[in-house]
Amino acid sequence: MKVLMFGWEFPPHITGGLGTACFGMTKGLLKHGIEVLFVVPKAYGDESQEAVRLINASDVTVKMREPVFQDYWNQITFMEIGSNLIPYVGPVEFEKMVAEDLRTTEEKMSPVFAERFSFSGKYGQDLMTEVSRYALIGATLASEQQFDIIHAHDWLTYPAGVAAKHVSGKPLVVHMHATEFDRSGENVNSNVYDIERKGMEEADRVITVSNLTRNIVIERYGINPDKVFTVHNAVEPIEKAELANSEKHVKEKVVTFLGRITFQKGPEYFIEAAKKVLERDKNVRFVMAGTGDLMEKMIRRAAKLRIASNFHFTGFLKGENVDRMFAMSDVYVMPSVSEPFGISPLEAMRSNVPVVISKQSGVAEVLDHVLKVDFWDIDAMADAIYSLLHYDSLTTMFRKHGTEEVNNLKWENAARHIVEVYKQVYQE
Amino acid sequence: MLPGTLLKFTNKFIKSNNEKYIVMRSICLYFQVHQPFRLRTYRFFDIGADHYYYDDYQNKHIVKRIAEKCYLPANEILLGLIKEYGADFRVSFSITGTAIEQFKKYTPEVIESFRKLAKTGNVEFLAETYSHSLAAFKNETEFRQQVQQHAQTIEKLFGVKPVAFRNTELVYSNEVADMVYRLGYKVMLTEGAKQVLGWKSPNYLYKSKPHPGLKLLLRNYQLSDDIAFRFSQTNWSEWPLTAEKYLNWLNVIEKKQEVVNIFMDYETFGEHQKAESGIFAFLKALPGTVLRSKKWIFRTPSQIADLLDPVDSLDVPYTISWADEERDMTAWLGNDLQDEAFDTLYSVAATMSDCDDEDLVRDWNYLQCSDHFYYMCTKWFSDGAVHHYFNPYGTPYEAFINYMNVVSDFLIRVKEYEEMRVTRGKPVKQSEKVLKEKPVKPVTTSTVKATKKVAVAEKKTTAKKIANPKAIKKAK
Repeated sequence: MKVLMFGWEFPPHITGGLGTACFGMTKGLLKHGIEVLFVVPKAYGDESQEAVRLINASDVTVKMREPVFQDYWNQITFMEIGSNLIPYVGPVEFEKMVAEDLRTTEEKMSPVFAERFSFSGKYGQDLMTEVSRYALIGATLASEQQFDIIHAHDWLTYPAGVAAKHVSGKPLVVHMHATEFDRSGENVNSNVYDIERKGMEEADRVITVSNLTRNIVIERYGINPDKVFTVHNAVEPIEKAELANSEKHVKEKVVTFLGRITFQKGPEYFIEAAKKVLERDKNVRFVMAGTGDLMEKMIRRAAKLRIASNFHFTGFLKGENVDRMFAMSDVYVMPSVSEPFGISPLEAMRSNVPVVISKQSGVAEVLDHVLKVDFWDIDAMADAIYSLLHYDSLTTMFRKHGTEEVNNLKWENAARHIVEVYKQVYQE
Repeated sequence: MLPGTLLKFTNKFIKSNNEKYIVMRSICLYFQVHQPFRLRTYRFFDIGADHYYYDDYQNKHIVKRIAEKCYLPANEILLGLIKEYGADFRVSFSITGTAIEQFKKYTPEVIESFRKLAKTGNVEFLAETYSHSLAAFKNETEFRQQVQQHAQTIEKLFGVKPVAFRNTELVYSNEVADMVYRLGYKVMLTEGAKQVLGWKSPNYLYKSKPHPGLKLLLRNYQLSDDIAFRFSQTNWSEWPLTAEKYLNWLNVIEKKQEVVNIFMDYETFGEHQKAESGIFAFLKALPGTVLRSKKWIFRTPSQIADLLDPVDSLDVPYTISWADEERDMTAWLGNDLQDEAFDTLYSVAATMSDCDDEDLVRDWNYLQCSDHFYYMCTKWFSDGAVHHYFNPYGTPYEAFINYMNVVSDFLIRVKEYEEMRVTRGKPVKQSEKVLKEKPVKPVTTSTVKATKKVAVAEKKTTAKKIANPKAIKKAK
């Protein structure tokens, strides 16, 4: 079986978890004999090609005069509506892009219809244009390549998937890694929402990364439950040298939050819980690693609670520093308000760090050897942290069973479930 | 005359005067009645600040519900059966101290109804640890105290001093046998665990290897669980279970086998098996159906011990219980959480052995309840529908955290009490005999082999190979 897969990024050029997940998944699929043609908007040339044939969308020539593309373009104009709410964009970059957009508005139609389009490969202001353009690439590839199934990851690639389906008549599977509700709470971007909904409606099957996400898809998007299947994410096992405890230079125990400091990740609950623990035990240090729009507010809150001497901010951590952070942590906390899956607890567990996760995360569905609390239940969260710091057998148990649990979450197993979904549509 | 002597006398009388009673084989019904004091959600910031640990609302609610659904209607049925069949129908109970306390507090009518049963003289009440504890594993002094406290409670309530013993969860080993025997008990109930019996049948009276004076009744887990676990399982091949069908299973048991021990939680009736499943109708019908066959009669553990001679002695070096497939201790002790919690609590056993602070003694009792450790069992991640049913906590980790918070506060109070006692001039007892700590070992293959060897050695002198009743039934 051959799959035409539309993604938005691929390692090593990643800005979020999507690229990592796609990489693990394609490797897993390969083990089940599935061949993958992976399309990314912009290929840099140094991507791992061990599991896939990577297609650079920028290299695909679209012959716009062919009627089929004209027709399709007419159908997808809804995607052109400009939006100023784009995920993963900081305020400074945002302003710059809006200004740029104003300058280029008049010319907007021309790059779209150019024969070759250079993708930025980033989540930028002209994202909607890129998404539309990427759809045309999808249609072109669909008419040129041989494949059995189309698989599209997250809303950015749904129009491409839908276009490919229209041109080739092959079945479409769309994969929900996150919904607009997870990203934006109740203030959803209606354009994004529409693309997500239409993509899922057109799809033959929808794969969600957790039952939590599956429920959102069914309840908030009105998708027929019969075609929505949960396939939990997995992690790639990593062989890395054991980081020595010498990484740790403070004698106090360290409790860590690591992630974007945004509404979705629930940083304020972490601070409130820290306050409760510190009231009882001063020999603990709390670390908030990451950055985001709520960071300044969090710093102010920590100061107001008078816990700043035991509460530290690191700013954005990358690569090796993430591993070092885990190596010096005694407890990892993920208090997310809404987390479709949540890979970071698995990384912590892999580093032998016991974790506390919110029940509002998809990953809670697959883990037993963790402490689960409601994100809003600060008392329970504080209690969980305190217990991990004081009752040694808890940590012993988590180290003993947690590592094993994480090692069993293999992409190879997750891919088997994806293949089952493929087979369903392949037979229809 | 003491009840035991009276029984012996009647049995001798029966033996010599009434042929039918000798021919008729025994069924021993024993029901366990237990309610723990469930803990409230106790956060670490309560430590040192709030010393009340129990979820009164939940405890009251649960005890009232089970009284209404199980204890009261089931007692009513048993009372009716005793009136109808007289001396031929007898049952035995073991009621924990923590259950009795809660009945007194929330449902005194349950105590009354057990009293009515006691007055018939057809009901034997067994001895056990007051708070359904696992003290036998830690501290003999504590174990003795608990057994004595329980016996006094039962005697005060029902006017009869218990003479047969059952340990918490039917936990048994040579070591436990030793302690029980030295407490003066001559009869004990335990599990007919395969790892101990091998090819032997549970349907005989046995005796303890280290103390041949201690007679053992072994639970027939197949026939017990047919009622306790499988009764309402509609996907069970034998569903629906009727009294007639059950009698047929009893009747295929080889004639030489003298006693069938059917032991279960009393909550089976109306709680684990809901009234809608027909469990009460089954309970009502079974004695009549069985008695009409003229092959079986219902006797209590003490009666059976007096009537029968042990066929063999059992050597049990590793602990057995009536729980799960493994029939061992792993539901309560053995994982890191359970062991830390257990060790932490018993670290103050010496002080508590002669503590005169009523509140501390009460909490000491309630915290020893085996249920708390059961909630921390991690086995159910893979296999425990039953565990999950009984567990008020979402995960064993939550159970552990809550318990440890409570025990942390308890230890602070004990420490304060010790200091207070020192200033009062009464030193803390130091010469406490603490049992050598022994890790609870699962039965290994070598143990099974060892048990089998013993079994083989004894084969010549005892009964022939006995297949289980179900196998015979299926072969037919």
